[in-house]
Amino acid sequence: MVGAGLVVIGVGMGIGRIGGSAMEAIGRQPDAYGKIQTAMLIAAALVEGIGFAALFAV
Amino acid sequence: MPSVLNKFLLLFVLLTTIFSAHNTLYAKETDSSKDLKTEIKDYISHHLEDAYDFSLFSYTNDDGKHVYIGIPLPVILWDGGLQVFSSSKLHHGESVAHVGDNYYKLDHGKIYKTDAQGTITYDETNHATNIAPLDISITKGVASMILIALLMFWIFRSLAKSYVENKGVPAGIGRFFEPIVLYIRDDIARPNIGDKKHGKYMSFLLTVFFFIWFLNLVGLTPLGVNVTGNIAVTFGLALLTFVITNFTGTKDYWLHIFDPLGSSMKWYAKIPLYIILIPIEVLGIFIKPFSLLIRLYANMQAGHIVLMSLIGLMFIFKSWLGSPLSFGLAFAISLIELLVALLQAYIFTMLSALYFGFAAEEHEHH
Repeated sequence: MVGAGLVVIGVGMGIGRIGGSAMEAIGRQPDAYGKIQTAMLIAAALVEGIGFAALFAV
Repeated sequence: MPSVLNKFLLLFVLLTTIFSAHNTLYAKETDSSKDLKTEIKDYISHHLEDAYDFSLFSYTNDDGKHVYIGIPLPVILWDGGLQVFSSSKLHHGESVAHVGDNYYKLDHGKIYKTDAQGTITYDETNHATNIAPLDISITKGVASMILIALLMFWIFRSLAKSYVENKGVPAGIGRFFEPIVLYIRDDIARPNIGDKKHGKYMSFLLTVFFFIWFLNLVGLTPLGVNVTGNIAVTFGLALLTFVITNFTGTKDYWLHIFDPLGSSMKWYAKIPLYIILIPIEVLGIFIKPFSLLIRLYANMQAGHIVLMSLIGLMFIFKSWLGSPLSFGLAFAISLIELLVALLQAYIFTMLSALYFGFAAEEHEHH
């Protein structure tokens, strides 16, 4: 159960950072909105995938 | 519009006939010994599994009998010959189905061959030791996949037809779907696969996107369909991506895997590196579709579990404070799930396109 909690903390921090950085990037370059969003979603999906893999292992 | 009304009436009559056909009564001793928490747990795990019928709800009537309301589906077994019968005969495992000379009983979601009394023997690990016949039934999941496939065929066929009739202007439901189709072509396929080659992958990307999206949405209805949360289904979808990626792979794609450094190094310098690099690249071929299948499965499964747990909390709290709270949470999670349904379809399509892009790459050697 502790492991599951740790996994969620890690994944939460990871996705949070990705989202935050994407927001900053959009703020700097609003024109590249579409590309940044795509890259953000892919990165978030990868982090999430690892998170789920770990959760199922726990 | 009388014709539309007629169709609805017909559908209504059909549905009520089917429901009433399944609305059979059978006795079962109500086991009040089971406490609420295990009951909710059983209910959730039952919901996550595939079933032999669409069950909408069940209740216990005044005589202590269990009444199930739902739509039964055909059970198809291969047991020394084809056995086809309605799943209403199984009575949710509460009685024995007598088909021809054989008796079948449902036990923990699986059909076993049994005798007239319905005896099921268990081994030490609590697994049934009866013979399980080869099961190719039209289960809940299979039925919803077929229905969604027909729905998609109907929608996109009429979309294509309306283009011919209106000279390139979409009509009706096509006005909703055209921007989505264009989005997949211009924002998913083109940037990832390239302007030249995206055409041959479009049919798969569109199909897989709408198939996953529609199935995810159906999963949020009270029919209790959990198709994309079934690892076998996501495995099949990911297998298609895997096959397409590797069978359309260009020379450069395979060179990238087996000779990633190219001519930038002398061959004898590459050997120690390749001992590590090539196994990693080869593993990567399998890990990519595997992550696809795990991601979709886990997301949908997790979404269903969270939603149903929150609904279950209402029955555990049974207070004026707790129940509205869990209701509100369940409502919010439902809205998030609506987003996740689209997002997961998008991610699956997006990553498939990315992998196809790797497969279709052709570049000057560096």
